Amino acid sequence: MQIHKYDTVIVGAGGAGMRAAIEATKRSRTAVLTKLYPTRSHTGAAQGGMAAALANVEEDNWEWHTFDTVKGGDYLVDQDAAEILAKEAIDAVLDLEKMGLPFNRTPEGNIDQRRFGGHTRSHGEAAVRRACYAADRTGHMILQTLYQNCVKEGVEFFNEFYVLDLLLNEVDGVKKTAGVVAYELATGEIHVFQAKAVIFASGGTGKFFKVTSNAHTLTGDGQAVAYRRGLPLEDMEFFQFHPTGIWRMGILLTEGARGEGGILRNKDGERFMEKYAPVMKDLASRDVVSRAIYTEIREGRGCGPEGDHVFLDLTHLPPEQLDAKLPDITEFARTYLGIEPYTDPIPIQPTAHYAMGGIPTNVMGEVLLDNTTVVPGLYAAGEVACVSVHGANRLGTNSLLDINVFGRRSGIAAAEYASANDYVELPEDPASVVEEMVESLRNSTGTERVTEIRKALQETMDANAMVFRTEATLKQAVSDIAELKERYKNVSVQDKGKRFNTDLLEAVELGNLLDLAEVLAVSALARKESRGGHYREDYPTRDDVNFMRHTMAYREVAADGTVNIRLDYKPVVQTRYQPMERKY
Amino acid sequence: MSTPTLEKSSGAPEAAQSSDDHLITLTMRVRRFNPEVSDEVTWVDYELRMDPKERVLDALHKIKWEIDGTLTFRRSCAHGICGSDAMRINGRNRLACKTLLKDINPEKPITVEPIKGLTVLKDLVVDMEPFFQAYRDVMPFLITKGNEPTRERKQSAEDRERFDDTTKCILCAACTTSCPVFWNDGQYFGPAAIVNAHRFIFDSRDEAGEQRLEILNDREGVWRCRTTFNCTDACPRGIEVTKAIQEVKRALLTRRF
Repeated sequence: MQIHKYDTVIVGAGGAGMRAAIEATKRSRTAVLTKLYPTRSHTGAAQGGMAAALANVEEDNWEWHTFDTVKGGDYLVDQDAAEILAKEAIDAVLDLEKMGLPFNRTPEGNIDQRRFGGHTRSHGEAAVRRACYAADRTGHMILQTLYQNCVKEGVEFFNEFYVLDLLLNEVDGVKKTAGVVAYELATGEIHVFQAKAVIFASGGTGKFFKVTSNAHTLTGDGQAVAYRRGLPLEDMEFFQFHPTGIWRMGILLTEGARGEGGILRNKDGERFMEKYAPVMKDLASRDVVSRAIYTEIREGRGCGPEGDHVFLDLTHLPPEQLDAKLPDITEFARTYLGIEPYTDPIPIQPTAHYAMGGIPTNVMGEVLLDNTTVVPGLYAAGEVACVSVHGANRLGTNSLLDINVFGRRSGIAAAEYASANDYVELPEDPASVVEEMVESLRNSTGTERVTEIRKALQETMDANAMVFRTEATLKQAVSDIAELKERYKNVSVQDKGKRFNTDLLEAVELGNLLDLAEVLAVSALARKESRGGHYREDYPTRDDVNFMRHTMAYREVAADGTVNIRLDYKPVVQTRYQPMERKY
Repeated sequence: MSTPTLEKSSGAPEAAQSSDDHLITLTMRVRRFNPEVSDEVTWVDYELRMDPKERVLDALHKIKWEIDGTLTFRRSCAHGICGSDAMRINGRNRLACKTLLKDINPEKPITVEPIKGLTVLKDLVVDMEPFFQAYRDVMPFLITKGNEPTRERKQSAEDRERFDDTTKCILCAACTTSCPVFWNDGQYFGPAAIVNAHRFIFDSRDEAGEQRLEILNDREGVWRCRTTFNCTDACPRGIEVTKAIQEVKRALLTRRF
């Protein structure tokens, strides 16, 4: 075991982690620990754009953006946070441009902007061009630009270091951050990183679904580590299903395709979104469009022999426009489906895309221990966190924004905290939990295989906790997950080695997914209403009287060792906007 | 290393079910190496039933998940964006997640081995550090002088287009490790680093083109390129790598960019 000492440790090297690292490195001695090489993050898979009311192509302002974010999140958004997001968006985009990001340009040479779902002018009057973009590779360009600037700033990376535990220690009765424990993939060695401040920026958890746009590596590592250390997880029942994933594969096809004029059609060729969202049509918010697609499929208007998908039609758009604005997604259709999008519509279905919930933080990125107390020295930003700027449903282009605004804020706040405070003493035997976890998995002679448990988990989640949910389906999910968690205790790996043991890694990841899926299902079961991405067929309307509140899920271990999930609730911060019925 | 030997895996799955008639039987021939166990390289054949529309990555997952959990490779996004899974497939550098089985003649054994010119650490995993070091050496970030404007820097659509091709790079190393010069001389910057220098040299906003050109004027710089076009063929993003290198060479001669 090795022990390292840094002022600030950042866990994860995607958009939020690297944006934080650029700030933290300037202000404190910083290390970035990342499971993947920095440019492998799934930030790079984001396509369509980053929202900011620059008003470069038409009238716009940050107040409209705030409203759209709050409404898009079905009023579960904390409005003070949404206001910061929308206000700071403008500088966040300009900062990236100054760092070198090659945005598409207007004829005047300014950053170009396009339409995206749920972004409107004058509080819902019509779609507005607010998404700043670089073709359909905006996430790729952000990730590359941030990495380039990390190289420039000399950010210190520990690549392929997988963080498996968070170290907290009580000082005068207050739980404070002491560091993290990481597993070095190349050698199997365990490293303790003592740190004054830790920022979790480890991304999402989409891999508990089968049809998902998420990378294989998005397994909720940060959320699971925090949760096991007794920290709450907020609003985990809110998961976004992106309307346009490639049929069966789940690969994302950007909403920018509809922003450029693409149309969703059922088997009769009907533009069905006109029925569900008369004003915004195909550009209604994602939860609305995903439910509309599944309603079409359920009512027998799906396409294909099994009627299990609909079409994204781009054939009326000029090929030059597709080449200039949507080169990557048209190539995906050619590569993976053998379809020419110039002439043929693309089969799509909703795909599990984004966790609105996560580790609760305030607007400085400080992690909450309960509804009000922060954990000194602990921060989270990006998809792993819940600020909450996305509420019950995130608007497209607001996540690339989130990672930049709150990545920057948490990087500054963490480094400033580290400068003003001393190290907290490491707990006794700091690596013991991780050593035991790794060794018991490596040495297990159990008969269960990771593959089979993971497959069963993904199947129950797709069947029972996806776009449409009921008490019965969620209870099924809860009981299936409980059974799978029992089986997981008996899991073993074939690779017993130390060197690049990705077999072991996948087993750890599965343990994380099981814990988080359980939190999702239990939180969803208790929320007897429909709001944003959480739709209960048995409670099809929003219930502001009983459920205008955030879920806070805690893992509790009883005296006899049994583990339970305790649900608590946290009020929503409302400033300017009173809840209204959400129509698009 | 000893001469590679050929083994037959005993873990081949059962014969096809009648409902699986869209599946084909194919052989994946994978180069295995784990210095923790042995210094020997072995080639192992795995017989699989696969849908020909699946990816090489799906076949590797099938081996790892159903036959041999010790098979080791990097991967993440599985759709050609993250750049983790560049490997040599049937003798050509490709991304495993972007190569469909039907497109590489699954009637013959499909060979899979690590990309060449970087030290193999285990199976298909290579040491990427020298690759990233060459990248860092070309100063891959925007350098400007003077005060920053309050709003964005202006750039015409035409100027933006000038370096569009080289912004697509995902740092997968497929180009660099397909280059015979790089195989023979690990000091050569290699195509990917030059591509990333090109991305800034031809960006109208950047003001350090001269410095980058001097770095690439080095003995191990662009002049080592023999224009074999392997890199262009290998690039999974369709970047015209050789053309970009030629443009850097021309800029060095004319000092115009």
